[in-house]
Amino acid sequence: MTTAASGALAATRALESLAREDRGRLLSALIARLRDFSLAEEALQDAMISAVSHWGRAGVPSAPLNWLLTVAYRKAIDRLRQSRSQARLASDLVPLLGEEADEEGSEMIPDHRLRLIFTCCHPAIEQKSQIALTLRTLGGLSTVEIARAFLDQEATMGQRLSRAKAKIAAARIPYAVPEPPEWPERLNAVLAVVYLIFNAGYSAGPVAGRDFAEEAIWLGRLLDRLRPSDAEIEGFCALMLLTHARRAARTDQNGVTIPLARQDRQLWDHTMIAEGLALVERALSRRQPGPYQIKAAIAACHCEGETSDWPQIVALYTTLLQHEPTAIVRLNRAVALAEVGELELGASELALLADALSDYQPFHAAQAELFARQGRTSEAMGAYARAIALAQTSADAGLLAQRRDALDV
Amino acid sequence: MKYMLLIYNDPAREPAFGTPEFQAMMEGYFALNGRMTADGVLRGGEGLKGVETATSLRIKAGKVETMDGPFAETKEHLGGYYVIEVADLDAALTYAALIPSAAFGTIEVRPLMDYNPAG
Repeated sequence: MTTAASGALAATRALESLAREDRGRLLSALIARLRDFSLAEEALQDAMISAVSHWGRAGVPSAPLNWLLTVAYRKAIDRLRQSRSQARLASDLVPLLGEEADEEGSEMIPDHRLRLIFTCCHPAIEQKSQIALTLRTLGGLSTVEIARAFLDQEATMGQRLSRAKAKIAAARIPYAVPEPPEWPERLNAVLAVVYLIFNAGYSAGPVAGRDFAEEAIWLGRLLDRLRPSDAEIEGFCALMLLTHARRAARTDQNGVTIPLARQDRQLWDHTMIAEGLALVERALSRRQPGPYQIKAAIAACHCEGETSDWPQIVALYTTLLQHEPTAIVRLNRAVALAEVGELELGASELALLADALSDYQPFHAAQAELFARQGRTSEAMGAYARAIALAQTSADAGLLAQRRDALDV
Repeated sequence: MKYMLLIYNDPAREPAFGTPEFQAMMEGYFALNGRMTADGVLRGGEGLKGVETATSLRIKAGKVETMDGPFAETKEHLGGYYVIEVADLDAALTYAALIPSAAFGTIEVRPLMDYNPAG
């Protein structure tokens, strides 16, 4: 191999070994300076390309991140020079050049990823675009990978990302971490986005080598590091961990869903469960209860001991209703009531939700289950049929069919 | 940056003139006008007469066509607007949330075009 080729190879390896952490950090720092998402992305891309040839010839620098940031910054200036008038250029560059000089020579690049995630998940951006922007800028996923997860064409997803970035610039969506009065609501928007990413992975499994559940856990842990000691973020991470820890036990060899009570607990990831349980405890000890912490505590009740702690689960759903008075929480509480022996009460609570949840598969599955226990077999058959028709995955449809077939007609 | 806050509401849902609710709404507007002026962000704003007074026109094949009524027949009408100058969208949204009509209508927040970007 020639020296040039081995140098280029070493440079490429060094770039690949930069954790994706680093890409997000570099991007967040560039956006903070340039105030322009698209320009920052293009400049970082330019810098990466330069690195392959420069590092190949001169070796990998001692502070590669700083090198990339400085070069990306110069590339951005080049791009501005090409596209803007001299007058505008002077006013743009003077403050920027001053900042650049301050950071020369150190590897301490600023981390603005918390600002970045709050901008990506700003409520003025459509939720699907929030998800895509978060995966692109913080997760470092390619447009192709994101498009696959959404079953979209690459071009369509590319346009969606461009439109979102254009709106951030044109409407001047701030690049900032929200202040206390807005904080809880804005944090909820961020957590909702990460949770949707988690659910995409939960129902689809890995798509073309990317497990979105793991992407979401990675994002959750990142939030916890960027904003330590926040009880809701801790509870949120715990909820994902306690759910994800059961993934190996969730379906049988035919791909049919196995309900929690019948799962082989040997297959659960006990290290992950221990981490999740410790996180729930830490979160609850802060005495700032919130919906994700309560949901994590419910997940914990399913994971600790030999069987689920249903009386405690009923109590937790009752508390959750105060935070989230939704039909879905009522449904879960009704099911838990039936589990503690309050079958009639659970069934009557469930009946009240028939209109609100008429298109929601788990409602019909729960109703079928309770009808079956009450000996109302023909009603149970009807409810199973409705649930199977509404099932989103063949795994769930399989389980529902098994249950229907087990009915004593 | 300048933003226009467009106030859309359904007249059927607006408090009727002379009721305590109408009084409260007007006081809300006076308080907001005072606050925007004190904060130095208010650049303009007007209330519009009802859509029954609206006339629309367009030019088709070089001929002016004039029609009775608003641009679009919807339940919620454009009833007025503010123009404010603030740092960013979050600041604009904070003022938009103080508009009394937001309680029964919709406020659309739009950045104004900057015709002199090199300025």
